[in-house]
Amino acid sequence: MVHPERFAAVFNLSHPGHFIHWGVLQVSYGNAVVIVLMVAAFVAALLVPFPGHDKEEQ
Amino acid sequence: MNDPRIARQWTTRLRLRVEGTFPPEKILPDTQPSYVASWIYVFGVLTLAALVMVIVTGCLLAIMGPTWWHVSGVGHFINSMHLWSVEVFFFAMVIHLWGKYFMAAWRGGRSMTWVTGAVTFLTSIGAAFTGYLSQTNFDSQWIATQAKDGINATGAGSVFNVLNLGQMLMWHIVLLPLVALGLTALHVILVRKRGVVPPFADVTEAVSA
Repeated sequence: MVHPERFAAVFNLSHPGHFIHWGVLQVSYGNAVVIVLMVAAFVAALLVPFPGHDKEEQ
Repeated sequence: MNDPRIARQWTTRLRLRVEGTFPPEKILPDTQPSYVASWIYVFGVLTLAALVMVIVTGCLLAIMGPTWWHVSGVGHFINSMHLWSVEVFFFAMVIHLWGKYFMAAWRGGRSMTWVTGAVTFLTSIGAAFTGYLSQTNFDSQWIATQAKDGINATGAGSVFNVLNLGQMLMWHIVLLPLVALGLTALHVILVRKRGVVPPFADVTEAVSA
């Protein structure tokens, strides 16, 4: 037996979206979080050493 | 092969051209340059992996249909997998784009690799937007009525009607996937043909040399 309530969202989504307003720019909190995560992943990809690879070997 | 009639055959000429342009050791190489050992090079293949999941879950949704993905637990799950694999796809593709932009990855005769990647990105955005319109729920109806004014303002509304669910569904599951998959295949073949772009030469060394 399927209980739909078990699949309910972790966050309550039954309200209007939240937006950041910055001059002419408007972005939802959700999209802003994804953009911040992408920038963080990009910086981490440049800085975090790749496993199993020794720089001395180059 | 010494027979000039055989050498003139289009099949012979095409085979020799493909063999010369895409030798097997370039298509499936044994090793990669040492500079590829960085996390920034992972995001291209992560994009490909997410694309595979998008296609597989999309095929399942197409087989079972809207009622299944709206009302059944498994249908909900596959529908969510389709959404989240698209999220991963764009997340990885944008980081891949940033990395390649700052590497100026179009250097060394790789301009078509860059162009095919950029056009694939734009095609994917179209595929995502028509996906929003193909959900067959209140969300897709709301998005369609909002989008129609924007599309009509461009003059394209007469041939691309976002209120026409059948048309949007066909764009989403036939036309745009065909273009995206074809361009992705071409993009990967070009990457293999030209190899991964090397880092910029050390400016100090270049000046002193």
